[in-house]
Amino acid sequence: MIKKIKSFAAGLSVSFFAATSLFSAECIAPANPGGGWDFTCRTITKIMYDIGAYDSPIQVTNMAGGGGGLAYGHVVNERNTDDNLIVAASSATATRLAQNAYSGMTYDQVRFLGAIGADPGVIVVAADSPYKNLNDLLDAVIADPANHAFAGGSAAGGFDHLKVLMALGKKGFTDIAKVKYIGVDGDADAITQTVGGFTAAMTGDISGVVGFIKSGDVRVLASFTDERIPGFEDIPTAKEQGIDVVAVNWRGLYTPKGASDASYKKWTEALRKVGDSAEWKKAMEANGLAPFNKVGPNFQDYVVGVMAEVQALSKELGVMK
Amino acid sequence: MELFQNLALGFGIALTLTTLSLAIIGCILGTIIGALPGLGPSNGVAILIPLAFTLELDATQALVLMTSVYYGAMYGGRISSILLNIPGDEPAMMTTLDGYPMAKKGRAGDALVLSGVSSFVGAFLATIGLMLLAPILARVAFYFGPAEYFALYLLAFCTLGGIGAENQAKSAIAVCLGLGISMIGVDNSTGMTRFTGGNLHLYDGVDFLVAIVGLFAVTEIFVFIESRGKDSAIGVKLGKISIPIKDILATKWTMLRATIVGFTAGVLPGAGASLGSFLAYMSEKSLAKEKKTFGTGDIRGVAAPEAGNNAAAGGALVPMLTLGVPGSGTTAVLLALLMTLNITPGPLLFNERPEVVWGLIATLLIANFVLLILNVPLVKVFTKILQVPASFLLPGVAMVSFVGIYSLSGSYFDLLLMIGFGVLGFTLRKLKIPAVPVILGILLGGHMEVSLRRAMVLSNGDWTYLFNSYISVGLWIAAFIGFVAPIFLRSYLKKPTPTGK
Repeated sequence: MIKKIKSFAAGLSVSFFAATSLFSAECIAPANPGGGWDFTCRTITKIMYDIGAYDSPIQVTNMAGGGGGLAYGHVVNERNTDDNLIVAASSATATRLAQNAYSGMTYDQVRFLGAIGADPGVIVVAADSPYKNLNDLLDAVIADPANHAFAGGSAAGGFDHLKVLMALGKKGFTDIAKVKYIGVDGDADAITQTVGGFTAAMTGDISGVVGFIKSGDVRVLASFTDERIPGFEDIPTAKEQGIDVVAVNWRGLYTPKGASDASYKKWTEALRKVGDSAEWKKAMEANGLAPFNKVGPNFQDYVVGVMAEVQALSKELGVMK
Repeated sequence: MELFQNLALGFGIALTLTTLSLAIIGCILGTIIGALPGLGPSNGVAILIPLAFTLELDATQALVLMTSVYYGAMYGGRISSILLNIPGDEPAMMTTLDGYPMAKKGRAGDALVLSGVSSFVGAFLATIGLMLLAPILARVAFYFGPAEYFALYLLAFCTLGGIGAENQAKSAIAVCLGLGISMIGVDNSTGMTRFTGGNLHLYDGVDFLVAIVGLFAVTEIFVFIESRGKDSAIGVKLGKISIPIKDILATKWTMLRATIVGFTAGVLPGAGASLGSFLAYMSEKSLAKEKKTFGTGDIRGVAAPEAGNNAAAGGALVPMLTLGVPGSGTTAVLLALLMTLNITPGPLLFNERPEVVWGLIATLLIANFVLLILNVPLVKVFTKILQVPASFLLPGVAMVSFVGIYSLSGSYFDLLLMIGFGVLGFTLRKLKIPAVPVILGILLGGHMEVSLRRAMVLSNGDWTYLFNSYISVGLWIAAFIGFVAPIFLRSYLKKPTPTGK
């Protein structure tokens, strides 16, 4: 009990006087506590220290604003040469950079470090929906786009919206402005709209729909992954159904552009070690993340590739000029 | 029978020394957080989340601590509303309308006790509701599509007219101002930015906490400075402290009705505690035969919003636990906490993790009693605040406001924005325009707009879609009555009214 009280007091002082001087390195989560970026920072830095990949605890700072743009600007303008800084990122970061949504800042103003896990994209319908597979649904949308809306957790033009458009693109449907999409507050909200019959299908990440899969309220038509998701082997991939789209919401980090090569190397190695650790595998499983391991310069190439695709679609959609 | 087994399981978990002390600590911290302007339940819980990790609490314990903080903050918000005319958090805003006038009449102690008891009634009954009805109520969310939500928010705005007792046009101006401010930021339907001037700080819109602290706390400071300390709001008389049993009994039906209204608003995802307390206040006012006393320290105007917002807090846990859809800002943070603790809320949570759910419910019941015990006798301590001279108290309020707002995002921009809202609030007060509708506009305007636009996307621009279900038609009728009734009632009220309440 006394130990509890002591650690309580310690916790209080940590949460109220989170002084940076206590820590030698910092991880910025560009959003409020809770949610993907916060999870990335907290889990990765904790494991990094626990397994000895980094020799001191790493301070996690939340810097919400501008959909990650505020933290991005902070890093580019004020911390450009900081060797001891990492920042949480995901597919949303790349999407917004590609759409020029960070008020003119570009992807090459930071260095992408790597991603060690990903939340697979899925297309979900209500259990009583007439659509049994992805092709049924897509064909119905193409035949009558006005009466088949999608609900998703991101804003219009966001990653959840783009996944649908990419899939339709593979079917040769290019009139993408006709596709109806409503952006709601998160995956669970998108599910309630779909189960309630207000939209035909939901587009999101698997982690957000697990509870509803188990309860039998929904049917997952496809996952946008290379292979079936571990633990969800009965969900077919889009690829199997002839729709060659891979869209995962990766969880990763970037570092400041001006940080030294030595520090970039040090962080890459630490991240790689976390990615290989049993602790991370456990955390991934608990949070519905699928394996996705791209660390170092080849990750930067991957991000650039995805961004080009996002840019092309966004221009067509009219969410950017 | 199963219910009692489950409850026994819950109390078995809740009544351990650790859990119980966590609940008490959470209640105390929550009350303080709620009472401080700028620190509301949502950022209070967010700030304390690292604490749960530092203590290495297990899932149930962490949830117990955080929900105690949540409930505590809901209780605490009323204190500064009543004593200082500065709401501690946004759901406590409606309590300023009658709570502060009541305090000004020298009944600060009575107002605090009465609102404490109403908070208890609201929260306690809501917890019972959560316990008995959660799995059924969870399905309600499936019947609310964009059209229904739009009608619900419309109902809130249609009843707003009655809020500024003096001049309806001024309330309308205030609402429009709020609606305008709510449009700042990235538009979710197109991804375009609106009214941001290219400033990244405004992309996520204006945080209503910044607005509320600016409009109330900072404005208060400006008024104080202008009058050189003479015309300060802190002119409240202490009054004797006793338990106003008569008032409590007189408002028992008010509390009950407000609880039902608040709980219903809480269960609907997206509506939240502010809407709960607002609708509770407005429905009570429309039921009352004599409306003139509202806004001047009517006991019903104190009891209704407090029962309403605490019931909504309990109601908001229903969609969070059973669907994973947060019904309010605070439950969004709690949801994130659950996810980090490897608990996936959803339709099966009650079956899969009974120890979490029932442990939580049992703790909430206990926390309610702790809060009642904490809040009623401690009224004496709270009212001591009033003996602090305003020239010491207001600088303290200023400091807490700045620190609280800075802790939100760690950006100085929000501080500037807060001062800007202070100037706006000062101007509004000079023009005798009420500030409460501004906040409601900011709080609900965005939701209303987004619901309408989603409905239009789904219906391909067909307006009849808005009247497509019984629920939405019912809400439209209620909204219409809420809008029109005061106009007719006013001419009716001009005639001499029969005596009595």
